[in-house]
Amino acid sequence: MLSRVAENIYWLSRYVERTENTARIVTVNANLLMDLPKGIAPGWRPLIDITGANALFEEHYKDYGERQVLKFLIGDERNSGSILSALEAARENCRTIRDFVPREAWELLNELHIFGREQLAKGLTKGGRHAYLKHIVQSIQTITGMLSGTMMHDQGYDFLHLGRFLERADMTSRIIDVRSASLLPAEATELRPFETIQWVSVLKSLTGYQAYRRSEQVRVQRGPVLRFLLQHAAFPRSVGYCLDTVRVSLEKLPRNEASLRVHGRLKRNLEGVVPGRLSHQQLHAFLDELQVGVGDLHGEIAKTWFPPPLESQSQSQTQG
Amino acid sequence: MAIGNASGALFRWSGRDPGRQWACEQETMSIDWNDYPCDEFYDELVAAPGKGREAVEGLLADLEELGPDELVARQEAADVAIKEMGITFTVYSEEGGAIDRTWPFDIIPRIIPQAEWERVEAGLKQRVQALNLFIDDLYHDQRIIKDGVFPAEVLAKSVNFRPQCVGIDPPLGIWAHICGSDLVRDGDGTMYVLEDNLRVPSGVSYMLENRLVTKRVFPELFEHYAPLPVDDYASQLFDTLAALSPRPADYPEVVVLTPGIYNSAYFEHAYLAQQMGCELVEGRDLFVDDEDCVYMRTVDGAARVDVIYRRIDDLFLDPEAFLPESALGVPGLLRAWKAGNVALANAPGAGVADDKVVYSFVPEIIRYYLDAEPIIPNVPTYRCMDPDSLVYTLEHMEEMVVKPANESGGYGMLVGPASTKSEREKFAELIKKDPRNYIAQPALKLSTVPTIVGRKLEPRHVDLRPFILSSDRQQVTMGGLTRVALRKGSLVVNSSQGGGSKDTWILPEQSEANQS
Repeated sequence: MLSRVAENIYWLSRYVERTENTARIVTVNANLLMDLPKGIAPGWRPLIDITGANALFEEHYKDYGERQVLKFLIGDERNSGSILSALEAARENCRTIRDFVPREAWELLNELHIFGREQLAKGLTKGGRHAYLKHIVQSIQTITGMLSGTMMHDQGYDFLHLGRFLERADMTSRIIDVRSASLLPAEATELRPFETIQWVSVLKSLTGYQAYRRSEQVRVQRGPVLRFLLQHAAFPRSVGYCLDTVRVSLEKLPRNEASLRVHGRLKRNLEGVVPGRLSHQQLHAFLDELQVGVGDLHGEIAKTWFPPPLESQSQSQTQG
Repeated sequence: MAIGNASGALFRWSGRDPGRQWACEQETMSIDWNDYPCDEFYDELVAAPGKGREAVEGLLADLEELGPDELVARQEAADVAIKEMGITFTVYSEEGGAIDRTWPFDIIPRIIPQAEWERVEAGLKQRVQALNLFIDDLYHDQRIIKDGVFPAEVLAKSVNFRPQCVGIDPPLGIWAHICGSDLVRDGDGTMYVLEDNLRVPSGVSYMLENRLVTKRVFPELFEHYAPLPVDDYASQLFDTLAALSPRPADYPEVVVLTPGIYNSAYFEHAYLAQQMGCELVEGRDLFVDDEDCVYMRTVDGAARVDVIYRRIDDLFLDPEAFLPESALGVPGLLRAWKAGNVALANAPGAGVADDKVVYSFVPEIIRYYLDAEPIIPNVPTYRCMDPDSLVYTLEHMEEMVVKPANESGGYGMLVGPASTKSEREKFAELIKKDPRNYIAQPALKLSTVPTIVGRKLEPRHVDLRPFILSSDRQQVTMGGLTRVALRKGSLVVNSSQGGGSKDTWILPEQSEANQS
């Protein structure tokens, strides 16, 4: 398989995953805000904190209001992480490897791209938002299912997995990072019920609420939730699960020694902590380190299997 | 999505839009073939008011029975299908850069009886066989020039002659493995060859997709008619390419070389690679080693490449041999080809016969190499290099189509009957400055095919581009790509300039299903 194609599949997969994750966190935040008392509601800013695009956001918007944040996360093409930009990037990557991706999956992605643009205005309204985001999440689940059901499970599929699960590991760690900051003053015991709501919303951002209830059988609270989201071996959005899946794909690829080494370090790091015992400061530092590790692993993958970077790529040519 | 800065090309394309606003059109109760205008031009489906051509007699009645509402609904279904299938081409504009557009398609098929097609097919094979002998001769002994049949000065001024290729023997002696020749039908029903595209002809993927879309939206027509299938093209192309491999003992590694997603025909490059099960590569995926062999960079390391179906123009192929600034090509590719370690299709330099002045010599070329009369005639052509023809052309510009020798895609030509006086004056200056670069042909009365416009069927002009494959044997596509000028009266069918396309049916005289 061509190195360039491997790279395109990897990025296609990352952008598709990013689209879905963004749609999920927006939906959940909207629900959370409705449940919290007005005075302590964190508003919409945490979503921008999760994506880490605060500087870009502040360059273009005056405040972190609902309308501004949603515009930025869903429809702003200046934000390379917005749903529209990610869909656009996914489609461009897919277009470059159209010969490789099953036609039906390409058609679905193309349709979703058209939907994202044409229904954007509706998606930015309070009334239309939910249906818009739901359609996006469902379409991506369909694309993922179709790829798993129709694409050759060869090296291309391994790169698809690498992209999806590295992106997911990164996003899960970011969501935990931002959402675990305590919303509540420590001594305000009368607000205890809301702390549960906060952790429920973290779980829901990752569609992990139901799974948590089944697997943990304890009340929703900080320690077990953190362990579940970081280390659970069977929850498909936990960082641990993502890293395990990445390893399965890495093991199948040739010339994988260096990548496996970086992966091993990352996994050991993840397993060496009891997240419930970390203070908020420590947790933040730990998650930071985790994200740097995911970045290192990406770097190693690119170095081993992707084509050497080009200086200039502005090329076009007509022909009859 | 709104496209802000529309260019000339886009304005022309949008000529179709008024016709697509179905809801605003006035109600038409039914389709009446008696009202269909077919006296001025040869119509491919309608012989006389109310009367279909023999092969399609029943089709007119079928369309009539469907009625305008249903036809419009089917056309809309086709438009949606094309958009969702992502069948696109790229339009260039000066301000807007490259824009990915969906492929304009009209659902009424164009029909050619099988008996006529068989003659055309024989004519195309003859033509391409002669052209390949001609190219090979030009890069070797140049007998045709020594024998005084082809003038040396035409060759001397050819922009597509590649001195780098002199003396090279490509596999099987073939230079143009994939040729796309454009055919047109004049008012009296004669089919002519309008031009031969021997460099990187495109359009075949649209031919294949058009059939797929037609099957989706018109399934019942296929119950009554049995157009001959078109879809084995990809395997024929693969066999054509594989036969060129320098390592015939192994399973050859064939790749499609594309300039990338910004090329107007990128859709087709990807499509063909996918259908053939080959890698679609860009120049940066390939490299040539010290032993002049070509490799591609893969996840497993370097892998040897045997045959390259290149969709990049000659001059961009190899910065070592041609344009040094080309970033699309592969340094050393020509070396590898000369050494016989890789096959290139089409061979570099094949474009020397893809020149409208050379075109005018094709009948002589056929007689010279094959000692036979051309089966399909050329359009009568005036070479402006020839003083009498130059005078005639300048005096009759209003009735002529004047074309530069080496442009494709309908760029840089003058359509006399549709031109203004100042356009003609400007063009006359261009011709006088460089007569060798121009030819003129009488403006043909291009044939028409019924096309959906609003809620009616109106005649629109068409041409036909079949594709001819040559290596160990010759094969011609079943029909080809019918291109249609969607604007009323327009003769320009190029997709880059407001053309659309139709499915092309080669119909057996009596299809069995038809008799039931």
